[in-house]
Amino acid sequence: MKWLRRSSSEPLWKEEFSVRTADERYVTRRQLTKFLVLTSFGMFVGNLWILVRSMFPRGTSYPQQTVVRLGEVPVGGVKLFTYPTKDDHCILVRTSENEHVSYSQKCTHLSCAVYYSQENNRLECPCHKGFFSIADGSVIQGPPSRPLPRIVLESRDGDLVAVDIKTS
Amino acid sequence: MTVPTKVDLPPKTRGLTAIAGAMSLIAVLLVVQIWLLSAALEAFLARRHHSALPAAIFSGVMFLVCFGLYLFVDRVDSDVRHTDE
Repeated sequence: MKWLRRSSSEPLWKEEFSVRTADERYVTRRQLTKFLVLTSFGMFVGNLWILVRSMFPRGTSYPQQTVVRLGEVPVGGVKLFTYPTKDDHCILVRTSENEHVSYSQKCTHLSCAVYYSQENNRLECPCHKGFFSIADGSVIQGPPSRPLPRIVLESRDGDLVAVDIKTS
Repeated sequence: MTVPTKVDLPPKTRGLTAIAGAMSLIAVLLVVQIWLLSAALEAFLARRHHSALPAAIFSGVMFLVCFGLYLFVDRVDSDVRHTDE
């Protein structure tokens, strides 16, 4: 077959380690090519992994966690909490007398912590000026391409309880 | 003084040129694959699953092209090194 190398009687070590100086350039280039192709294979495997995860999404269930007492946060006020684990920081904003919204505090660009800007009524990332809508967490401007994950809140017996996370 | 044509070049020089060209093409394909992987990951994190299949197919095609170019480089390497033995 024309594409394959000709069969050689040389031992493998002679093929992989050049004895003559003139052959050294070929060996190094061939080895670099092999490395590049392995990298290409790694990229392909990465894409396959994404495809498999897309076809078989894991059904994640989140715990229920009391965030705050109703009326504890003033209108325009903010409360920071963690949900669903201690490492996942979230922000709760009371936008009106009867409305609370909550989002992950991690910016979808490079994971800086977003904060609530009351004068602009939006969530802002100080690192690269990514702004998110307070209404639904969508991107208003800046480098983030995805909205902030929204924490679903339910009112139960005078408490606000986090029950789920919606990512889009 | 005559300028050497492609045919006049010694086999080793021609082999190196062919290998360098193949490596350049592989490098370009790798850059495209890196971009494709990052775009597919971004779409996956945004729960837009419709782009995963075409991304995987194109990435696979590019890997096959890279592998074909590696076989070419391997053959040229083998041919040239055995030419003057």
